[in-house]
Amino acid sequence: MLYAFKIASRYLTASKAQTALLVLGVAVGVFIFIFMSALIGGLAEFIMARTAGDISHVTLQAEPVDPVLLHSFTGTTLLVQEPSTQKDALRDATNFLSLITDLPQVKAVSPQIAGSGVLRRGTKVAQVSIIGLEPGQESAILDLAGYMVGGDVQLRSGVVLLGKQLAEDLGLTLGQSVQVQSANGIDAALSVTGIYQIGAGGLDRRSIYVSLSTARTLFAMPQGLTRIEVKLFDLYAADAVTAHITALTGLPAKSWTEDGAQLLEALSAQAQTGYFLKTFAMITIIIGVASSILLSTYRRRPEIGIMRAMGASRRFVVLVFVLQGALIGLLGGLCGAAVGYLALLPFPTRDAFRSGTLPIDITQGSYGLAIALTFIGAVAASILPARAAARVDPVTAIGQ
Amino acid sequence: MTLLTVANLVKTFGSEQTETRVLRGLDLTLEKGQMAALLGPSGSGKSTLLTILGTLMQPTSGQHTMLGVDLTRASDADLTQFRNQHIGFVFQFHNLLPDFTALENVIFPTAIRDGRETAKARACGAELLIRMGLGERVHFPAANLSGGQKQRVAVARALMNAPELVLADEPTGNLDRASALQVMDLIGQINRDEGTTFLISTHDEKIASTCKRQIVVADGKVSG
Ligand SMILES: Nc1ncnc2c1ncn2[C@@H]1O[C@H](COP(=O)(O)OP(=O)(O)OP(=O)(O)O)[C@@H](O)[C@H]1O
Ligand SMILES: [Mg+2]
Repeated sequence: MLYAFKIASRYLTASKAQTALLVLGVAVGVFIFIFMSALIGGLAEFIMARTAGDISHVTLQAEPVDPVLLHSFTGTTLLVQEPSTQKDALRDATNFLSLITDLPQVKAVSPQIAGSGVLRRGTKVAQVSIIGLEPGQESAILDLAGYMVGGDVQLRSGVVLLGKQLAEDLGLTLGQSVQVQSANGIDAALSVTGIYQIGAGGLDRRSIYVSLSTARTLFAMPQGLTRIEVKLFDLYAADAVTAHITALTGLPAKSWTEDGAQLLEALSAQAQTGYFLKTFAMITIIIGVASSILLSTYRRRPEIGIMRAMGASRRFVVLVFVLQGALIGLLGGLCGAAVGYLALLPFPTRDAFRSGTLPIDITQGSYGLAIALTFIGAVAASILPARAAARVDPVTAIGQ
Repeated sequence: MTLLTVANLVKTFGSEQTETRVLRGLDLTLEKGQMAALLGPSGSGKSTLLTILGTLMQPTSGQHTMLGVDLTRASDADLTQFRNQHIGFVFQFHNLLPDFTALENVIFPTAIRDGRETAKARACGAELLIRMGLGERVHFPAANLSGGQKQRVAVARALMNAPELVLADEPTGNLDRASALQVMDLIGQINRDEGTTFLISTHDEKIASTCKRQIVVADGKVSG
């Protein structure tokens, strides 16, 4: 082994330019592998942070109660149903809040009262959904604080937070007052203390945030909640936690994955693409190493014959060429990983991703995996040519 | 004392239509310490005989024993080890590993045997090179040596594991007369000093005359 290693490394150093080129080729493959890993990983992280990371992972909300039809008619019937506010849906929910909060997987819990209403200013009217949040926990689920573009996020009774779009539509600015009427017909005059911009047009136009107590007044709910939103540390644990919460509280809970299936599919498709590209990078490395080792065995045929005549075993010859492959794989892997790491350094860290920049996550480069796979691939790639080399007839190889 | 015997040795190449019968029931015995030249016209089968004796090729039929070992029945792994310990080779071309120094080439058989290059092997190899008149070229890359120097390195390497038999296939074939005689002189010295058996194929009568025994291959058999 030791002596075979000496021969192998001498063969590599004897043709330096060729070896350097080969190592470079392997390194490029490893670099692509690492770059793809960091990009796909970072992209997934980014998309998750922007979507699933910003929504409720487990939502407790009563199913809307379908009104019972008292008379049945013949012929075509047109039914008109007012949006239900599900008033007594989660009457006991407050009792379970601490129970849910204490679950180890739970990161934050947001008790809410939500319903529909209209916003009026002068002649302008907008249909909105009104969400009542616990003051001090405005950013428990959606990172409202991070989206504020004016005023502050702090909710008190008598104040409202609006999306930028909505504020523009109604011509509202900070500090101005606006009339809110809930679906229950209760009016309130609220002053605008914060304007946010989430970017998703719908939310900026459709939702307004008030304090939980304001919402209680608006929807005439002195107690109870309409929904509880729960955020988890690990959003992939949502299904299990949902089942657990349902069992624990008896309340109807829903995991984000029910509606987020498409997102998960997209992410998995993206990961698949990454696997494909990484597999191709590996195949390129393997073909490159295999062909160069094959070439080397042809070029060194007479030498193989001499070694065999001098009493070198077939195993020794195999070892000489496999070790060459291994050395190339290791060198290429290390160089590629080092260059990959350096190339990823200038990209912003995962916490500082901004729209418009490539969300590359340097911590997801799979450096160890890339080096290990390259090493294994290079060894595997050289085994066949090395075995063929060991089987050459020494007499014809020496060519006497 | 008998070193090796081959009896009724047959070697044919190719399949039925293109069959070439090179050795046709050849018998030969070599005694320990002999210095023998192998003569015969081109294509008579000298190289074929040497590669069979060197266990690099199996005969089509016939017996081949050396040091009491039946070599026609041994496995490739056994033959490889046998070669390493008991047989040295000197070829006409392609003798050395060009990317290694003269010394590294010389100690190759010993390093294969030991699994690494030992200090003892290095000392022994250097001594052999000095004896071959190559004291100045010990750490010289093999690729940069002259033809005669290469052959002398090859002789040193063939002797490294102190084999009983050294087979040389036209070792002086592409050397000028002076270098050829120098190589033969060194071989003669080793033969006298160490009692190593040499079998040397050559076309050169003058080279052959430096050997005590002349074996001539003709029509697939030997005389002499
Ligand atoms: N592998 C082979 N396949 C087919 N024929 C072969 C093979 N090796 C040798 N021969 C044939 O066997 C015969 C003897 O060849 P060999 O090389 O032993 O002759 P030689 O006596 O060494 O000749 P020279 O003096 O020219 O070196 C030749 O006719 C050659 O063509
Ligand atoms: Mg010949």
